[in-house]
Amino acid sequence: MKSRLHAAVGSMLAGGALLAALSSNAAAQSAVDEIAKYRQQLQDGNPADLWEARGEDLWKRKGGPKKASLEGCDLGKGAGVVKGAYAELPKYFADADRVMDLETRLVHCMVTLQGYTLADATKRPFGAGSNRSDIEALTAFVTAESKGVTMNVALNHEKEKEAFRLGEKIFFFRGGPHDFACATCHGETGKRIRLQDLPNLTEKGGAQLAYTTWPAYRVSQGELRTFQWRLNDCFRQQRFPELKFTSEASIALTTFLARNANGAPFNAPAIKR
Amino acid sequence: MADPMRIRATAKDGTVNVKVLMSHEMETGQRKDANGKIVPAHFIQNVTAAHNGKVVLSAQWGPAIAKNPFLEFNFKGGKAGDKIQVTWTDNKGDKRTDEAAIN
Amino acid sequence: MDQMRRNTLRAGGGAGLLALLAAAGIMRPGELLAADWNKAAFEVKTMPDAFKAMGAGSPASSADIVMRAADIAENGAVVPVGVESRISGTESISILVDKNPTPLAASFDIPAGTDPSVTTRVKLGQTSDVYALVKANGKYYVAKKEIKVTIGGCGG
Repeated sequence: MKSRLHAAVGSMLAGGALLAALSSNAAAQSAVDEIAKYRQQLQDGNPADLWEARGEDLWKRKGGPKKASLEGCDLGKGAGVVKGAYAELPKYFADADRVMDLETRLVHCMVTLQGYTLADATKRPFGAGSNRSDIEALTAFVTAESKGVTMNVALNHEKEKEAFRLGEKIFFFRGGPHDFACATCHGETGKRIRLQDLPNLTEKGGAQLAYTTWPAYRVSQGELRTFQWRLNDCFRQQRFPELKFTSEASIALTTFLARNANGAPFNAPAIKR
Repeated sequence: MADPMRIRATAKDGTVNVKVLMSHEMETGQRKDANGKIVPAHFIQNVTAAHNGKVVLSAQWGPAIAKNPFLEFNFKGGKAGDKIQVTWTDNKGDKRTDEAAIN
Repeated sequence: MDQMRRNTLRAGGGAGLLALLAAAGIMRPGELLAADWNKAAFEVKTMPDAFKAMGAGSPASSADIVMRAADIAENGAVVPVGVESRISGTESISILVDKNPTPLAASFDIPAGTDPSVTTRVKLGQTSDVYALVKANGKYYVAKKEIKVTIGGCGG
């Protein structure tokens, strides 16, 4: 009698658990679908447009102690050529004898063409509310001019190869109080934090999807964020020392990740959660 | 001075689709800053869109409209080349009007 | 009801005057309407009070109001919501968020010639029913949809 009761209770529990499992699977699937719908609805009308417009104005407007515009800036395809430039960055620039990503190159032009000091040009890499960053706006403008262009980062110059190797090393380097590396989160397929799927940056599809959708307007912040910001924030979350804006390490990591995205159409500024 | 709006208006089969992005903080007045002080409310209260001087949409907004607001609507009777004009006014009296040609 | 009629009349008069001034090139559209903001409706803290302040009383549920929104928002700070009314004679569309500190988010006047369909993005402080309130031929109708809010990723 007692055992029959146990059995009955047992099967009821099993049935209940099965039902719960079934319904939570269905719920999980519909949650995924609904989040996809949410993301889709955001695509139409990206506030990054506002940054692009301001960036274009900053690019063309005369500024700095030398009262010059940035239209003479060589982003790698010749002075003033913006179209498609971002899809080939980072690259080696002979005039600076180093590899530069877009943000570093913009700073270089603000210093050499417009006459800003390095400190002035880099004083606000990331904006917050009314303290806006010109670099973010300029980056939005320049990157938008590469929309649809196939990523094509070359490793011809010895310094480009060196940057790639260094970036790869940093990507897998474990350190900090949590013994973390970029690869801890971004080295395996199928990982996620809460509802966010984490791109596997060691595999072509993941690297392409991630790299080609930055910069992005982050709705959680109401700000347009650049790739330098993305790396900086990953370092913060890993409890690493701050990744210095336009540092050699930041450019090396960018070179590694950008090169891995080669072959995919660039698709930013994007909009993300 | 607030940044210009981004207005995209496209005509198709006599209907004009209008999409507007506005640059605005849309501060709710409920948020505290780093010093624990309430950040005063600052948000767009009125939006008006006009086509050839005729109002095609008017809106009243509260602080629950998302930062850098987006608005989309459709109206009939416009054609490519016509002008569409959008004005917003916020609770501090700031105001901005921008104009775009219908594509 | 009387309050509502007065509001309607005032809005009507304003629009007519505006059109006149705009036609005469004296005034740019929008400059007059700017003063017309329903402070009471935007500041009350409950749905019934908001309906009351808008003159909507107890609106009837309607299946002819279509809400375009995902069931789940990845971030409550930006939640796309579209409302389309299939009720003929639609004069205005409002969006209200039940659980927000002040429910009324937006109210759109729909003049003749404009489709009774608007899309915008609202903030949700938490998971909440979102209401679409439509005024058509002087009567009020409502539809609602629950939108769940999640917080994703590493936070920031």
